Amino acid sequence: MNNFDRMLSSEDVMRRRASFLQRIHIDGPLLVILLALAAGSLFVLYSASGKNWDLLLKQATSFGIGLVSMFVIAQLEPRFMARWVPLAYLTGVLLLVVVDVMGHNAMGATRWINIPGVIRFQPSEFMKIIMPATIAWYLSKRTLPPHLKHVAISLVLIGVPFILIVRQPDLGTALLILASGAFVLFMGGLRWRWIVSVVAAAVPVAVAMWFFVMHDYQKQRVLTFLDPESDPLGTGWNIIQSKAAIGSGGVFGKGWLLGTQSHLDFLPESHTDFIIAVLGEEFGLVGICLLLIVYLLLIGRGLMITAQAQTLFGKLLAGSLTMTFFVYVFVNIGMVSGLLPVVGVPLPFISYGGTSLVTLLSAFGVLMSIHTHRKWIAQV
Amino acid sequence: MSQPIRLKDHEKDARLVRNRVVVGAVAIMLLICVLIARLYYLQIIQYDYHSTLSENNRVHVQPIPPTRGLIFDRNGVIIADNRPSFSLSMTRERAGDWQVVLDNIVEVLELTADDRALFEKRMRQGRRPFEPVPILFELNEEQIARVAVNQFRLPGVEVVAQLVRHYPQGAHFAHSVGYVGRINEKELKTLDPVNYSGTHHIGKTGIERFYEDALHGQVGYEEVETNARGRVLRVLKRTDPKPGKDIVLSLDIKLQEAAEAALGGRRGAVVALDPRTGEVLAMVSQPSFDPNLFVTGISFKAYAELRDSIDRPLFNRVLRGLYPPGSTIKPAVAIAGLDSGVVNAGSRVFDPGYYQLPNYDHKYRNWNRSGDGWVDLDTAIMRSNDTYFYDLAHKMGIDRLSTYMNKFGIGQKVSLDMFEESSGLMPSREWKRATRRQAWFPGETLILGIGQGYMQATPLQLAQATALIANKGVWNRPHLAKTIEGQPPVDDNPMENIILRDKSDWAKVTHGMEQVMHGARGTARKAAVGAQYRIAGKSGTAQVVAIKQGEKYDRNKLQERHRDHALFVAFAPADDPKIVISVMVENGESGSGVAAPVVRQIMDAWLLDEHGRLKTEFAPATVTQESAL
Repeated sequence: MNNFDRMLSSEDVMRRRASFLQRIHIDGPLLVILLALAAGSLFVLYSASGKNWDLLLKQATSFGIGLVSMFVIAQLEPRFMARWVPLAYLTGVLLLVVVDVMGHNAMGATRWINIPGVIRFQPSEFMKIIMPATIAWYLSKRTLPPHLKHVAISLVLIGVPFILIVRQPDLGTALLILASGAFVLFMGGLRWRWIVSVVAAAVPVAVAMWFFVMHDYQKQRVLTFLDPESDPLGTGWNIIQSKAAIGSGGVFGKGWLLGTQSHLDFLPESHTDFIIAVLGEEFGLVGICLLLIVYLLLIGRGLMITAQAQTLFGKLLAGSLTMTFFVYVFVNIGMVSGLLPVVGVPLPFISYGGTSLVTLLSAFGVLMSIHTHRKWIAQV
Repeated sequence: MSQPIRLKDHEKDARLVRNRVVVGAVAIMLLICVLIARLYYLQIIQYDYHSTLSENNRVHVQPIPPTRGLIFDRNGVIIADNRPSFSLSMTRERAGDWQVVLDNIVEVLELTADDRALFEKRMRQGRRPFEPVPILFELNEEQIARVAVNQFRLPGVEVVAQLVRHYPQGAHFAHSVGYVGRINEKELKTLDPVNYSGTHHIGKTGIERFYEDALHGQVGYEEVETNARGRVLRVLKRTDPKPGKDIVLSLDIKLQEAAEAALGGRRGAVVALDPRTGEVLAMVSQPSFDPNLFVTGISFKAYAELRDSIDRPLFNRVLRGLYPPGSTIKPAVAIAGLDSGVVNAGSRVFDPGYYQLPNYDHKYRNWNRSGDGWVDLDTAIMRSNDTYFYDLAHKMGIDRLSTYMNKFGIGQKVSLDMFEESSGLMPSREWKRATRRQAWFPGETLILGIGQGYMQATPLQLAQATALIANKGVWNRPHLAKTIEGQPPVDDNPMENIILRDKSDWAKVTHGMEQVMHGARGTARKAAVGAQYRIAGKSGTAQVVAIKQGEKYDRNKLQERHRDHALFVAFAPADDPKIVISVMVENGESGSGVAAPVVRQIMDAWLLDEHGRLKTEFAPATVTQESAL
């Protein structure tokens, strides 16, 4: 445990009278925004799924489970988290190895731990939170900005699960986990010249990946991204149809439940990864901008929590989680609108899917924990 | 634990992180702007493009083919109707690997490799994307059931009910009404792609072809909303098709059957016209074929059989059969002689059995080698005297003869609405110079006088030339359609009527033709025995192989198919003609002996009632009055 923390907790800290929400460690603004997103999600999903109530019920249930998970995690003190992070990291890596060795096949990729009747989950989801927490735990004990040695050790910590997830193969998730770890380094004040050199090195690495790491279907996605018209009925279909859906929405959209692209099945994956196209088609530019504003409020709150966090661990972790959340949003909308290649990244809180919802809400539970377990100092 | 505790500079760390938060926030705002710019580009700038794309996705225009017009005979008996038929159609885009699906169809329906080749050919002719192509027609109950049971193996294959042309009268009208068949690649290029977008069949010959535009009708449309798998979800807009027009033919099925019976299975042609209107009452070309075979696609073997048959059933003898008219042209030549003043009713020629041009050795023989002695016009027609007509033709010369014959329709297309009618040939000096690069020889004019030589005419032209004599020069183009949706067909290119300087010339020639039938020495008098009405007729013989100078026609030396064709033309009643008939019996040899009885039989069928008496509508006015009294 950090000596300074103990000093703070034991000395002249004036506890401000806490509100009910603060006492149960829930951040009001975050909760409101999350509930708004959940409502919006169900609203859009109703249309995107073709008025499928079962699916809505499942999503609402997942949201409920996610909220419980968020609530539970918010009760944990950041100090407590920091203590258990190394063990969680080791467990996560172990599970990834298990998946790698004897994983359950799903969708041509091995991602699941499946004990029938007991549990079925993706260890890589778990790593989305553990990864930034681990790096934050590691760096919070070092002097900042981090020395080369500490950066190198951090990269090893990031690299092991990254490679295991790439092998599943799930490049999208692996890159997002890589990003979440890298954001901790960024928040920790990684020197700019190193950042620049890494970006410069990324080009040859990408070329090497193309030839040695990427699977054919991944290469196909990139090729299709570069020229979707080359295969309009095959792999280019998704992107052409999603662009047509968004584009045909115009400023105000075609109206709720009136999107032809999604309702007539021209838009694939309309209730999962491509749900933003449904929103764009039915509510137009105005609809998407409204969603972006809500996201920005969420991100803004996250960055505020980062800035106000009292411990370095909290700052680094909150910053990374917030930045990673933005990456989800950007990558998803970018890919559906044809700016980025198609990688399997859901639109946070809107896309159908229980796992990602629980993970996301858990991450926001961490943010709430960081924010509500602060000790109040007199002059603040 | 003696080492000093290394204290972290918390203030510095917090500042560092706060700086990075600011940098992060700026980066996020920039990237959000990138996203908004992208959406602005898609939704505002490219709005029209994407809007169209998504509309085209969902809205498909489906053509609704019009129902083809029906065809009736003059009494309302149906000759061509539309029958619901089940066909198997396949959409290539939905079939996946369509070659495999074709294999499956062949297996499921137990068909042969030939059928498969045909299917493949039809599939390759497929038109627009996502358009189902019919590949097999006339499915029976069992086949439909088999397809249904095996549907899972036959993606993109469906059983479609559609109206298909049917000819209940079978072979009777194959040569006049013709048939429809599948639209082929060549026709596709010339057809209106819009109007024919839902149509698979088109008239190939006969009435079906000639009146294709009227029979086809106007295509209708359905704007439908489809989902990504092409399933129609709802109809957005519908424009009904305009059905094709019904056509009532002037043909009479009973007369048609009577004419066929009169030919009695011999190869040949019959045309019966109403000279007053030009309506074709019967049109027979034997042998014939079943037009229904062609509607859904005839098998290669069956087609080869028809095509290669020595009897040539596909050959339309009435419209395309070209024969030297022989003596049947003599009445028209006689009119030409009278009107040009070369002969008159009283002028006579001595027939020693042959004719010789001055200064030539060649003897142009009369068919009656012993000669008929002194012959006038009436006798010349009655006896079909060749010598008289050699003399007449020689005196007229080729130029005048050619002009007159053209007026009678020889060397011209005479019909109003018949597909692929041959124009025949009436030679002239210019024609010979152009085609043979030779001068005209006087001898060639002579044989034209008896309908031999270069002259060629179809049975229809002979009927029309005869009808002109019956109708005293008034032209009515022969036509098959009596009315099209109640409207009679319009002749856009009418022939000029033949106006003689002396109208009584018509009666003089008609009298000669009556003598052929009723005269004591008439060549066809046997055919007119017991007739209830006066007939005017003329026999003729068309040579199949030329007979050398000094040789005699010897039927025993000739193979059956090299024997002469028997011709006969006639009209009745002679004083008020109601029917004109032209008959050609292939290799029948004798016009008066073989073809004339056929004519008589058909005339009886048309003019007499069941009691063997002249029908009242055909009886002369005076007789009606008598019977009324």
